Amino acid sequence: MRRTLPIKKLAIANRGEIACRVNRAAKDLGLETVQLVSEADTVSLAARLADEVKVIGPPHPVRSYLNANAVLSAARESGADAVHPGYGFLSENAGFADAVERAGLIFVGPSGSTIRLMGDKVAARTQARNAGVPTVPGSDSVITDMDEAMALAESIGFPVMIKASSGGGGRGIRVAENAEELRKLAPQASSEAAAAFGDTGIYIEKLIEKARHIEVQVLGDGLDVVHYFERECSLQRRRQKVWEEAPSAAVCDSVRARLCASAVDLAKSVNYRGAGTVEYLYDDLTGEFYFIEMNTRIQVEHPVTEMICGTDLVVGMIRVCAGEALESTQVEIARNGHAIEVRLNAEDPANNFMPCPGIVSGLRIPRGDGIRFDHMLYDGYAVPPFYDSLLGKLIVWGPDRRRAMARLNSALDRLAIGGLPTTAPLFEALADSADVQANAIHTGWMEKWLEQNTDKLTSQGETTA
Amino acid sequence: MASRHEVKSPIPGTFYRKPAPEEPPFVEIGDTVAEGDVVALVEVMKSFHQVKADASGTVSGFPLRDGEPVTAGMTIVELD
Repeated sequence: MRRTLPIKKLAIANRGEIACRVNRAAKDLGLETVQLVSEADTVSLAARLADEVKVIGPPHPVRSYLNANAVLSAARESGADAVHPGYGFLSENAGFADAVERAGLIFVGPSGSTIRLMGDKVAARTQARNAGVPTVPGSDSVITDMDEAMALAESIGFPVMIKASSGGGGRGIRVAENAEELRKLAPQASSEAAAAFGDTGIYIEKLIEKARHIEVQVLGDGLDVVHYFERECSLQRRRQKVWEEAPSAAVCDSVRARLCASAVDLAKSVNYRGAGTVEYLYDDLTGEFYFIEMNTRIQVEHPVTEMICGTDLVVGMIRVCAGEALESTQVEIARNGHAIEVRLNAEDPANNFMPCPGIVSGLRIPRGDGIRFDHMLYDGYAVPPFYDSLLGKLIVWGPDRRRAMARLNSALDRLAIGGLPTTAPLFEALADSADVQANAIHTGWMEKWLEQNTDKLTSQGETTA
Repeated sequence: MASRHEVKSPIPGTFYRKPAPEEPPFVEIGDTVAEGDVVALVEVMKSFHQVKADASGTVSGFPLRDGEPVTAGMTIVELD
């Protein structure tokens, strides 16, 4: 017999499709829900679905969804005993997690100290290495000497990236293909760093060419951790994922086993509580994977994992954060078939993905076995311009990848979102591409493909002016 | 021959008079602008779009305050 959860009422501190998704999980657990909204979101689908709605501030996210004090006071006033932060906004804000706990409420996520640790790139990398998780080979401290740079580059192998230690946002990054280039470029990077940041220090890191983005879903209860296998998210535009799959068709069972075990090792090393994702770069040529970072929240693409594992990760994270032990042991978690998710954004793919808010009309949602649509839409809904452009996610399942792709095509045919342009034409074109069909992709593939295929992205009949 | 002109936002979003919070506004009242000069930013779905003057003139007013929501077609800068 299951103990009753120490949560009766859950405050949803997010918006859009994930707020609707969290509401559904809360309802499945028999919880009351209070949806915290900005003034622009009082008419949102999430507000319609929740038992109660509480306004936290003006439309701009800085004054509402990112305002930790306003969010926490509203949650307390509503009598909620737990807060679900969704993704983005305050979900990886360690101070907010601490404040929620200090106020005597349950934060549906890891402890503030875990969030803080994993949010610090250097500390997270060190933590990963100490847990035996492979990291991208490179210098762990600043290099100031040319001989040291050369010795390190030779030991990790070319090509290498040279980064200014004080840089950021891609500034001061150079690629050296061989020793000769390194000898020429390292001093340049160093002097450029000195000019720009007053610091001559550089870092050297192995360049993983044509890498895939593969990530492992974990769930922990603070003592034990299990994984729910991996997802592949190599189709990206400007480092934003647009299409995700589970499992990755690129890894074999032995790599998969090592990859998933390493994610569990890392999460166990921090007594992880809640749902989390350990992200890796995967090198097809060598079969090696390298830790990038850990995301300490539920992710946008979690449904593909749910589809192949037959689990509800949002329910799972609420339970463990409420103090329950993990429901399944690792051996009880199996995967079956293949799932694909595509992100429907309010953007015009024919016009350089210009974000285009508008009023939704003629909404037609495909239904049937192996089809799921997580979204925030209804006919007549005016999509506000103040937030992320994600409208919803179409998720399909098939017994194998080929049949999942077929179902994706069929579901896209039957999906209609009128009144504003969406990224649906992008996915029709991607599904047609031989490389995508063969899964011959990497994180840089889509931007190159876009350069040659913009003509295929003309939107099919939205904008009912 | 002075005639009034209104520069309108082509898109909905959040209106900003400055390129960045710590920088001075693009234009102030009394400034002369030429057609094509950037007069404001509008943030729509986390991306920023420059709004350019579609006529020349002297800036005479801002109906909205910096950081206020704007709808498509709303006047953001008045020119004389």
